[in-house]
Amino acid sequence: MESWEPNRRTVLKAGGAAAAAIGVSQVVEASAAEETGTASTVDIKLKVNGVEHELAVEPRVTLLDALRERLDLTGTKKGCDRGECGACTVLVDDRRIKSCLTLAVMRQNAAITTIEGLAAGDKLHPLQAAFIRRDAFQCGGCTSGQIMSGVACIEEGHTGSADEIREWMSGNLCRCACYANIVDAVQDAAEELRR
Amino acid sequence: MKAFDYASPSTVADAVRLVGERAGAGFIAGGTDLLNLMKDGARAHDRIVDINALPLGDVVQTGGVIRIGALARMTDVAAHPAVRRALPVVSQALLASASPQVRNMAAIGGNILQRTRCGYFRDAGSPCNKRVPGSGCPALEGQNRGHAVLGGSDHCIAVHPSDFAVALLALDAVVLTQGPSGSRRIPMGEFHLLPGATPDRETALAHGELVVGVEVPLTPMAAKSAYLKLRDRTTFEFAVVAVAAALDLRGNVVRDLRLTFGGIATKPWRSLEAEAALRGKPITDATLTAAGQALVAGAVARAGNAFKVDLVQRALAGHLRELGGVR
Repeated sequence: MESWEPNRRTVLKAGGAAAAAIGVSQVVEASAAEETGTASTVDIKLKVNGVEHELAVEPRVTLLDALRERLDLTGTKKGCDRGECGACTVLVDDRRIKSCLTLAVMRQNAAITTIEGLAAGDKLHPLQAAFIRRDAFQCGGCTSGQIMSGVACIEEGHTGSADEIREWMSGNLCRCACYANIVDAVQDAAEELRR
Repeated sequence: MKAFDYASPSTVADAVRLVGERAGAGFIAGGTDLLNLMKDGARAHDRIVDINALPLGDVVQTGGVIRIGALARMTDVAAHPAVRRALPVVSQALLASASPQVRNMAAIGGNILQRTRCGYFRDAGSPCNKRVPGSGCPALEGQNRGHAVLGGSDHCIAVHPSDFAVALLALDAVVLTQGPSGSRRIPMGEFHLLPGATPDRETALAHGELVVGVEVPLTPMAAKSAYLKLRDRTTFEFAVVAVAAALDLRGNVVRDLRLTFGGIATKPWRSLEAEAALRGKPITDATLTAAGQALVAGAVARAGNAFKVDLVQRALAGHLRELGGVR
C-alpha cells in the first residue's frame, strides 16, 4: 500500500494546479509521482447516500477504493477488483455499476448509493429483509453487491421469471452458491415492491 | 496502476488535442476495459483524458441510417426501439455481452476498441508481441483454447473479443472519427487490422484520433438479422464461437446476405467465401455445408482450438436455418 499521507510537495501541487474545477485548462499533473513516489491529488466532491463529501484523491483512485478507504463505507466489498465478481456494485444516478471499474474523479456530481444508504433508518429495504428471510447468503462477501444489483434488477423490471432474474443477476457471483435463495429473495422483494 | 495526469475536456477538439500532443496519453470513456489493463500493467498512460463530458451519447435515426454516438452505453443502445426494430443483431449482440453493470458503464466506442482476452497479453509477466513487440507469442504452442483459427500470424493468434463489432461488420457499418488531421469515415471492415508482423497495431486509428460514433445503414437485410453466441457458460462470458447473420430471402432463396464471426478470428471476421456459397441459392443441407467449408478453408488450428473449426460450421448452419425459417 502506498501512503495516503500527502507530503509538502503534493500539497503545494494540489493547491496550485489541481484545486480548481478540473477542465481542459487544468490538466492535473502526475509528474510529482515520478519524482517523489507520491502522486498529485485532486480535490473532488462525492455525493454518497445523500451526503456530500469533499476529499483529495489521486486521479487513479477507483470509486471503490474512495468509498472504502477514504469514506470508510466498507459495506461495498472488493472481491476481484476486475469487474468480474460484482461484489463492488453500487448505484450511480440509480443505475447499477461496478465501482472497481470507474475512477472516483469521474463520478463527481453523481448521486451514489451504497448498501449503507438502502435502509430507511432502522427499517431494512425489502430486498435486505428478503435476503435474511430467504437465507440468501453464507459468508456474506458478495451480499451487498448482490443486494445493490438486485435493487436495480427489480427497478429495471427484469424479474418476470426465475430465468430472467438469473440472466440479469449474472454479473454477481456467489462462491457459496446461494443462487437459488438469492433468486427467491429477488422474486419476493419484486412482488412486495409491486404491491 | 501507474499515476497519470487527468483532464475532462468539454469539446471533442480539446480532447483530441490533449491526447494527440502527448505520446503516452489515452482516452477514457466507460473505463471497463482500460482500468483492468492499467491495473494489470498491460497498459500504462501518463495522461488520461476523460471524454464523458463530450456530447456524443445520442442514438438518432436520420436519412436512412442509425447513428450511434461513441458515448452511448451498451444498455441504452441494446434497448433503443429503433435499434431493436431495425438492427436486431446489434441489440442481441450487446445483450449477450458482459453483465448488466458493465453494460450500464461501457460506451460503444470503447467496445469496438476493447483489447483481447488472451491471458498472455493481460499478464504483464508473459512475453507478448501485442504488448511488447518482438517478445514472442507463448499462445502459439501454449494455452490456445480461446485463440483464433482465422486471421492469425506467426506473431499473434489473439481473438478480438467484441460481439458488437461483429454485429456492426455484418451491417456494413461505418466508424466516424475525429483526429488531429480532421474527421474520417472508416468502413467497419477496414477498422480492425490483421496482426501480421505488427500485432501491436490493432486499428486504423492514429494517435489522438477519437471514435465519435458509428453509422449503420438501414436495409431490409439489417432488419432480418440475428446473433448467435456460444459460450463456455450460459451467460456473462466471452464467445467461444459467434455468428452474426443478415439475410435477404426471396422464398427459400438467399438474394443477399452477410456472415460475420466472433471468437474464431484475430479481428471481427467477414467471410465473403461463405456468403458466395449461399448467395442466389436456397438454404439446404448442401449449401450450408458448402458455406461452412468455404468459411474454414484457410483455418489454421492449434492444439487447443481445433474444435472451433467444426463448431463454427455447425453454429453457422444452425443459425441460418433458424433465421431463414428452414428446418
